[in-house]
Amino acid sequence: MIRKILEKFSLYLALGGVIAAFSVASPYFLTSSNAMNIGTQSAIISIVAVGQTFVILTAGIDLSVGSVVAASSILLGLLLANGSPIGIGLLAALAMGAGLGLGNGAAVGAGRLPPFIVTLGTMSAARGLALAMNGGRPVSGAYFPERFPELVTSRIGGVPVLIFYAVVVYLVAYFVLTKWKFGRYVYALGGNREAARLSGIRTMRCEILVYTIGGFLAGLAGFLLTARLNYATPIAGTFYELDSIAATVIGGTSLSGGEGSIIGTAVGALLLGVLRNGLTLLNVNPYYQQIIIGLVIVLAVFVDKLKVRVS
Amino acid sequence: MPANNLLTMQNISKTFPGVVALDSVDFDLKRSEIHVLLGENGAGKSTLIKILSGAYPKDKGEIFINEKKVEVDNPKKAVELGISVIYQEFTLNPFVSVAENIFLGREPTSLLGMINWKKVFNDAAKILERVGIRLDPRAPVRSLGVAQRQIVEIAKALSLDATILILDEPTAVLPRSETEKLFSILHALKKEGIGIIYISHRLEEIKMIGDRATVLRDGKKIGTVRVNVVETDTIVQMMVGRKLHYESIPKREFGSDALRVEGLTRKGTFEDISFHVRKGEILCFTGLVGAGRSEVAKAIFGAGRPDKGKIFLFGREIMIKSPADAVSLGIGYLSENRQDEGLVLKMSMQSNISLSALGKVAAGIIISEKKERQEAARFRDELNIHTPSLNQLVKFLSGGNQQKVLIAKWLLTEAKVLIFDEPTRGIDVGTKEEIHQIISGLAQRGVAIIVISSELPEVLKIADRIIIMRAGKIAAEIGHKEANQEKIMQFAVRGKSTQ
Repeated sequence: MIRKILEKFSLYLALGGVIAAFSVASPYFLTSSNAMNIGTQSAIISIVAVGQTFVILTAGIDLSVGSVVAASSILLGLLLANGSPIGIGLLAALAMGAGLGLGNGAAVGAGRLPPFIVTLGTMSAARGLALAMNGGRPVSGAYFPERFPELVTSRIGGVPVLIFYAVVVYLVAYFVLTKWKFGRYVYALGGNREAARLSGIRTMRCEILVYTIGGFLAGLAGFLLTARLNYATPIAGTFYELDSIAATVIGGTSLSGGEGSIIGTAVGALLLGVLRNGLTLLNVNPYYQQIIIGLVIVLAVFVDKLKVRVS
Repeated sequence: MPANNLLTMQNISKTFPGVVALDSVDFDLKRSEIHVLLGENGAGKSTLIKILSGAYPKDKGEIFINEKKVEVDNPKKAVELGISVIYQEFTLNPFVSVAENIFLGREPTSLLGMINWKKVFNDAAKILERVGIRLDPRAPVRSLGVAQRQIVEIAKALSLDATILILDEPTAVLPRSETEKLFSILHALKKEGIGIIYISHRLEEIKMIGDRATVLRDGKKIGTVRVNVVETDTIVQMMVGRKLHYESIPKREFGSDALRVEGLTRKGTFEDISFHVRKGEILCFTGLVGAGRSEVAKAIFGAGRPDKGKIFLFGREIMIKSPADAVSLGIGYLSENRQDEGLVLKMSMQSNISLSALGKVAAGIIISEKKERQEAARFRDELNIHTPSLNQLVKFLSGGNQQKVLIAKWLLTEAKVLIFDEPTRGIDVGTKEEIHQIISGLAQRGVAIIVISSELPEVLKIADRIIIMRAGKIAAEIGHKEANQEKIMQFAVRGKSTQ
């Protein structure tokens, strides 16, 4: 019984353990301002991880999200710098993301190409697009509307609004995956594609939609990142694909599809955020941080495998 | 412990979350014996075999081989102890030769670690000769039929010096003629001193092949009997725990045509298939495995495009481009391959039941958890599905219960035309009878039913009309009254009747 509880909540226990360890090791860790820091630092990548979770639940993968963030960001930056209103910029960033996601989805869903290869291609192409749009240069925020950064940096009741955005995205995703018919189709598609198709599920449509959601959320992340930095850069979102996959997998979603939860992804993203933050507070060399985080990712998957073997 | 046993299993117990799979089960096997292991789906046969082959650890109990206590910790250990299992799903690599498959990972090598191919092929030929089959050891496995692949699996087991051979429903995938060939091989192995554990649902086979039979029910051993002195009815009673009552299928009035197919053709697979099925009618498709029956069904269901032909539903021509179209028109197809094409094993029983008809348990796009539970519970009770909970993952249910979940899923769609593809393959007698009654009940409510089945007793029992397919074409169509096994077999094999 105890073992069962330990297994079920191993992820939460890991998060709790890491938090406890850092709290002991650093007096600056367990403060409300640092908690806000972690939330702010994790918010954008955790939104990308939501899209990644949808994709991985269908037994796919989206390597292009980091580049899509950059492409959306540059498009947004160029529009804002040329006097477009923020609303138009937002729509453009979302459309850029959703459009690139739709391309992925069409190639995977209708073209039956392997997701790894398709999104690897888009990863390169979208990064190229981000670079080409402004000749490889970043777009300075000097001509952005003044209140643009406030969309992200302002606070409600002391809590940065960026955290609320992430929470809303997670709530919607949770609702879609657990209550909507579409969510059920996503799990069925990843669990057994042929059975899903022969159950009368429009698998192609479902798959296209899933990649479009992934791209859309990457577009949203591009918008938020641009506002947070108050400039747009073509190298934005580097390694977001890896971080979002890591958060999803640490969160217990199976790479073979059909199993996992959006709450797991939230905890996975937080765990990564806490690790980065805590290690930085402890003055751990950033190079070593990368090694430690890499090991944590592998460890998480290993623990998950053990659980499967035990049951 | 009785002396001279090849294998003795004592007091074997195994518990899974929520289920006692085996409860102090004893089992033994002598040299030169074929011991049949019987039981309904979920009785514990597979669990016992998995423990013996090292796939599962046992909770309690002891295993002796040649009166020496052994621990079968893992599959490798089982092989070392001379235990080999031939599963229903084969484990051969189709792209390499028969000989390479037999010696995979154990190829005889020369001094420099080079594979001694001559020896590989010679040794393979010797083993194939031992099982009495003429088969080129150089032939790639993909060129072999199911029966030959099975024999290659047996040859592989022999090359591992197996003294205990376990066959899990070996004849489920075999046509009748091949079954006899397999039996003669098993008899020959028996003479060599090998002990064979034989799992089957086909009761008529037990007397043909078995020496003793052990019956399990609900994880307990019910008894072991000598096959030649016991009545089949007694065995059935031991399996199901009651006297099985075979209900006949009541006569019905048929309505108008529900489904009519004209000239359906896919080049190289099936040709010029025309038939109709009426409301309340049970139409059986039979014939040999590979005659194109499933392909026709899938083409109607939108899961494979025909080249030409017309399909009419209630007199109106329909175009079906995908299974989703078929489902929305009220056509259902239960695949013969329930694990790969029917169910999502990683999902709960409840989610599987509602998967094709989420609209029935949802308001708009949002699923009503309450309605979904109600429907799942209703089918659990109506179809007598044994499960610890509605949230149980389907992969943990037994084969018979999985099949019932698949049926429940299509019942919820309230389809007007239902195609059952081998609905009772690998299903025990008790559940088989229940499934026949479900099909009959559906027909009585006016559903038009197509059943694809290779089991002639089943066809003769439930069919109102029988279509026999041979090599992609309809060889004959006969009514229930004129049909008998010989007639059907002649059409299935020769395409014509000599009667």
